[in-house]
Amino acid sequence: MINSSLKQLGEMLQAKKISSVELTQTFLSRITEYNPSINAYIALDASKTFTQAKAADVLIANNQASPLTGIPFAQKDIFCAKGWKTTCGSKMLANFIAPYDAHVITQFDNVGAVNLGKTNMDEFAMGSSNETSYFGGVKNPWDFDRVPGGSSGGSAAAVAARLCAAATGTDTGGSIRQPASLCGFTGLKPTYGVVSRYGMIAFASSLDQAGPMAKSAEDCALMMNVMAGFDERDSTSLMRDKEDYTRYLIKSSESTPLAGLKIGLPKEFFAEGLDANVAKIVETAIAEYKKLGAEVVDISLPNTGLSIPVYYVLAPAEASSNLSRYDGVRYGHRTESYTDLMDMYCKSRAEGFGAEVKRRILIGTYVLSAGYYDAYYLKAQQIRRLIAQDFTEAFKKCDVIMGPAAPSTAFKAGEKVEDPVAMYLQDIYTISTNLAGLPGMSVPAGFLDSTGGKKLPVGLQIIGNYFDEARMLNVAHQYQLVTDWHIRMPNLDMPNSVKQEGLN
Amino acid sequence: MAISTEDIKKIAHLARLEISESEAEATLTKLSGILGLIEQMQAVETSGIIPMSHSQDLSQRLRDDVVTKTNEREAFQKIAPLLGNGSTEHAVSNGLYLVPKVIES
Repeated sequence: MINSSLKQLGEMLQAKKISSVELTQTFLSRITEYNPSINAYIALDASKTFTQAKAADVLIANNQASPLTGIPFAQKDIFCAKGWKTTCGSKMLANFIAPYDAHVITQFDNVGAVNLGKTNMDEFAMGSSNETSYFGGVKNPWDFDRVPGGSSGGSAAAVAARLCAAATGTDTGGSIRQPASLCGFTGLKPTYGVVSRYGMIAFASSLDQAGPMAKSAEDCALMMNVMAGFDERDSTSLMRDKEDYTRYLIKSSESTPLAGLKIGLPKEFFAEGLDANVAKIVETAIAEYKKLGAEVVDISLPNTGLSIPVYYVLAPAEASSNLSRYDGVRYGHRTESYTDLMDMYCKSRAEGFGAEVKRRILIGTYVLSAGYYDAYYLKAQQIRRLIAQDFTEAFKKCDVIMGPAAPSTAFKAGEKVEDPVAMYLQDIYTISTNLAGLPGMSVPAGFLDSTGGKKLPVGLQIIGNYFDEARMLNVAHQYQLVTDWHIRMPNLDMPNSVKQEGLN
Repeated sequence: MAISTEDIKKIAHLARLEISESEAEATLTKLSGILGLIEQMQAVETSGIIPMSHSQDLSQRLRDDVVTKTNEREAFQKIAPLLGNGSTEHAVSNGLYLVPKVIES
């Protein structure tokens, strides 16, 4: 049951083969057993969770259920959930009980879904390994010595370890897709503006976007039907007609269901910096796509290499502005002893923020300071346009773009902590889509053997044109109909055994 | 562009982050690495390119000038920080937030 799809769970619930309370208990029992070692969840509240499960069972009994009613989800701790501790992985918000719900939380509540708890994350979503969290790192369920990726590391580990039916995440530079690649599940970052940012704690507002983290493309599509949609409370929410993200997911009787699909392979995504064995797995996945009828075209995204420098101007600049709200006055951490207002600000912020968040605030403050604005911020915005134009040109030649989601498999905890630049390079293949505002996803495409004898997942990235999520989801779905990478689970009872099977 | 520990301390003050001498020195190495990465941008010719602040060309929506929010002051003030200096009181009084005095009486 823990490996069932959302569709299967929904059908079991509505046929009353299982109740939401029972299903919720199943996941909470797994959380009790495995979370102490994995640290995926940082806030649990069984009483709140069961109240929702009981309410869902009433909806089902009254035939008022929709596809996700009664299904237990994990929520990234970046989403405010009323009455829940909402920390964003920071000491600054360690005692913050959200007084209202984020739009995403409301959307799940409105369909009678169950909130299992809040998941661990890099502090204020700044990181690629979950190691910047004030609440400690998260173990990669495939190898407890390795990181799950970040910043949505808790949601990633929860999905991979089957400690939830599926989870939410946010992606500012790759925070859904890189962990999806490192933990072996399906994650989608939608087009910027498709999912409301209301109540989602801000990092870099022009890049932040929420999305689903789940076992399969079909699961992601069902979650998008709930998460996406216009919300007037987010000034960048896009006013578009409601769409059904499952509409293209059909099991075709043809042997080449993707005939006519043009896949662009950017040469910059297969250049230096990519692990050769990861490249082989991505190439094998693309060969599978050719069997499904797709055609491959060579493309170029010449400014890919500039996406990291541009991102590390724009994201810290926006973050330094967004995080200025944490001043110890109205909520969040206030220092214990202070002499005057300035002292209170400086001490509260120095104590409340961790090292990586401080670094980014300092970078952002520097690039926005008098005399440097044109050389850094404006220049970065100009190159951002060049990066977006690369994609516009590329999509004249292809329907979707494919490549790796991350340059390597999961790395060991502690390996990159002291080297921020090495950590930033984890997002080399994902950041450009955030800058352009395009949708991107990572789909499980195989495993590599680690030197320690563990199986480590590898993700295939699929990038689509604006608002093309439904087609991307079908492109991923057709691959998942002929492969089984996405349903493989780590063996949590033997995390440190020498030989570990990919299948459980 | 090379930066010094003095620059770090100045930026930290602008960002309202207390920083010690040893922290400023440790930060310098890491920040210099990041700024080195950012410096790659300077080789790109960008004259005449319109800066892109946002992925969609949006104009700001307007809404009707009507009251849409209810007053939730009590709920919001329940999560106010503690006063500090060992106090168990929240830093609020009569619906206002308490901060150190900034104007001489």
